[in-house]
Amino acid sequence: MKQPLLDIRNLRVGVLLGRTQRPIVNDVSFKIMPGEAYGLVGESGSGKSVTSLAVMGLMQKPLSVLDGQILFQGQNLLELKTREMRRVRGKRIAMIFQEPMTALNPLSTIGRQIAEMYVLHQGKSWNEARRLAIDALASVHVPNPDQRTKNYPHQMSGGLRQRVMIAMALACNPDLLIADEPTTALDVTVQAEVLRLIKELCTERGTAVLFISHDLGVIASVCQRVGVMYAGSLVEENETGAIFTSPRHAYTRGLLGALPRLGSRSAHGRQRLVDIDSIIADRSTLTETRYITPRSSQ
Amino acid sequence: MFRFTIRRILQIIPTVIVVALIIFVIFSVVPGTFATSLLSDGKRAADPQLIARLNEELGLNKPLLERFATYVTNLAHFDLGTSFRSRQPVIDLINDRMWASLRLAIGAMFFALSVGLPLGFFAALKPGSVIDSATMIGAVSGLSVPEFWLGLLLMYFFALQLNWLPSFGYGDGSFQNLILPAVTLGVAPLALLARTTRAGVLDVLNSDFVRTAHAKGMSHFKVMRWHVARNALVLIITTVGLQFGSLIGQAVIIEKLFAWPGIGSLLVDSVAIRDIPVVQGTILVIVLWFLVINTAVDLIYAAIDPRIKQE
Amino acid sequence: MRFGFNFWLGAGLTTLVIVTGILAPWIAPFDPVLNADLMNSELPPDTTFWFGTDAQGRDVLSRTLYGAQISLTVGIVSQLVNSVIGVTLGMTAGYWAGWWDDLVSGLTNVMLAIPSLIFALAVLAVLGPGLPSLLIALGLTNWSWTCRIARSSTLSVKSQAYVQAAQTLGYGDIRIMFTQILPNILGPILVMATLGMGSAVLSEAALSFIGLGIQPPSPSWGSMLTDARQLIQLAPWIAIFPGLAIFLTVLGFNLLGDGLRDSLDPHMRTRKP
Repeated sequence: MKQPLLDIRNLRVGVLLGRTQRPIVNDVSFKIMPGEAYGLVGESGSGKSVTSLAVMGLMQKPLSVLDGQILFQGQNLLELKTREMRRVRGKRIAMIFQEPMTALNPLSTIGRQIAEMYVLHQGKSWNEARRLAIDALASVHVPNPDQRTKNYPHQMSGGLRQRVMIAMALACNPDLLIADEPTTALDVTVQAEVLRLIKELCTERGTAVLFISHDLGVIASVCQRVGVMYAGSLVEENETGAIFTSPRHAYTRGLLGALPRLGSRSAHGRQRLVDIDSIIADRSTLTETRYITPRSSQ
Repeated sequence: MFRFTIRRILQIIPTVIVVALIIFVIFSVVPGTFATSLLSDGKRAADPQLIARLNEELGLNKPLLERFATYVTNLAHFDLGTSFRSRQPVIDLINDRMWASLRLAIGAMFFALSVGLPLGFFAALKPGSVIDSATMIGAVSGLSVPEFWLGLLLMYFFALQLNWLPSFGYGDGSFQNLILPAVTLGVAPLALLARTTRAGVLDVLNSDFVRTAHAKGMSHFKVMRWHVARNALVLIITTVGLQFGSLIGQAVIIEKLFAWPGIGSLLVDSVAIRDIPVVQGTILVIVLWFLVINTAVDLIYAAIDPRIKQE
Repeated sequence: MRFGFNFWLGAGLTTLVIVTGILAPWIAPFDPVLNADLMNSELPPDTTFWFGTDAQGRDVLSRTLYGAQISLTVGIVSQLVNSVIGVTLGMTAGYWAGWWDDLVSGLTNVMLAIPSLIFALAVLAVLGPGLPSLLIALGLTNWSWTCRIARSSTLSVKSQAYVQAAQTLGYGDIRIMFTQILPNILGPILVMATLGMGSAVLSEAALSFIGLGIQPPSPSWGSMLTDARQLIQLAPWIAIFPGLAIFLTVLGFNLLGDGLRDSLDPHMRTRKP
């Protein structure tokens, strides 16, 4: 049995409100194998983004990890000193975020921002790094890469900026790429391109992906396995196909039911979108894991 | 960038023209001749013959348009008129005192920057800490205290009681004489700079691209140097530019307080005796300086932030 | 809307000063102008004269208390004038746009190029010193920022649906401006007005200090400090109290304005978890 690349065990993250700790992530465990694309799906507030921040060690007060282990290639990231964790970030685990506009420094050329990765982690000189940055841009299919390196973020479209983010993230060939809602802020057509790019590059380089989204459709197109999060807990985990065809948990079924589906009224009759009969529980009242009980009418 | 620079510099000209016009209007069109107010000083009416003679001499009898034309032509020749009182060319009076005022302004700004910037910066790095609260309380106090009162108190303690510094005057131009006035003048800009720096740095620290930088594996120090510094600078520069206006205004008072021979005290003295040409000339020069400084600040801003030039 | 510490402290201070000014005739132990007995001149603080006396033998405490009346009047009135001018010009410029907007914006830019104290000095040079001139001078100087803010706020409110609705209903321009736009731009205007009052008090003090504002023997804090300057070595206490009064008043306004700004400005940015 191969060793998992990322092994999260019983992770608990809380937020300090006033003087009490409220749980945001409650006893979450899952594994990602090397080269595997794993999707984490759930509504806003389910704790999926917080989980990824915990892996990267980017959590700030008032959030903090209360318990659990995050094993990356056998090493518990939570036990690493700051300086050691810094060496992991960017080089072995990389992350891209949702808003490419604000995620890039508006006052710095994108060439420079990509080049930083090489100077930082591979000790290259700035000149070499800039050349490598051009190659990086080419690898994400940005046309005229040498011209583009001199651009500033505001001179590019959202899709292009996200490609720049991907280029930056994959610059040092990390083992794991965490993508937190990377396509949510993009148009549908651009979305498809970016997803395709992620899939292509990661398969090519054998990079594992932790793909976070609220959109099941997006996850389905990229990931082999999916974990469903609700109110801070991982309620179901399965291969992508299985999630769609035979969802086990009521919440997952609810999620699927809420997906609009292409079909014909004459063939299937009138279909209704099913609401999920729950709201993300108010954090201040959540004391233990809550699961939705199946409704009587299936 | 070059075109932007030229464009910005050229924008000064219409503003100066309009300001000159306003100044002329204020001083020439307002009812009541100056001769009357000069000679009568509000208590008793002056001898009409004297008034007529003064009017004649000062050219206040000529029609408005002619006076304005003379005014403008003179301006074009850098002739700001002659002082009513001392009969010296206004421009000479200003020249003599320009350097003193510049020294004061630069000294004050230097003081404000060297203390305000670091304070604001460290306050932002540790929000909610003692240094943060102390800086913020100090800042709002610095903005509320009347500068001349502060000057008076400082003068009392450091000059009169402790005898460390001279209590007023330019002296032989040495640094010692500059300290009290510059510090007094610099307190308000210092306070505002501390606040703005703190807000700016805090804003940048919480922004998404700083999070990206951390995600890339950069150390805190590198994030500061490579990403935070320049972005926070943008906000700070704007503040510095804005501050110059009030600095120049306050300088007028401080110069009078410390008997500093600059154009500020010249202005105050001239207003007191209604020496209109000097008042007109001084104001024009002050406004010109202000515009020049603002333009310089704008240009620096545009050089740092690439988004500005797009407009 | 929650009000923070700043707001309450500022409101407290400001109220204290205003009340002092109103009640001065009753709580001041002596008349600020008439009680001049040269036998009493330059006495340090003691049980009769809590703040000491000045060169004319007048009680500094009483003068300080009465001084609140003058300084507050100038501060509040001149700032109100400024705000009215600024809001009127800014709102109409933003709403009507066109040549009026160009004119107002041009004028605003020019006014912003003249430091306010300098402009006030120019006006005072023409009108001569004294309370009315001071009110005019200060009332004409600080409207530019308010005008700018009013204009930009108007521009953003103008495109809102409820304004367009009012327009389609046939409401007149003035009516729209007063009922739809004004209430929605009031927030930042109020903040500026409050801070502006503090600034006006400082300006009045400064101008009175150099002798161009309120003339003696009226007890303006600024002119009290002029006298204090002559006597600084002999009677330093005269300098302390009026200045302290100015400081507390302006501090009150500043804190109040800051507090208002904090409550009105959704500056809290929460990141998505």
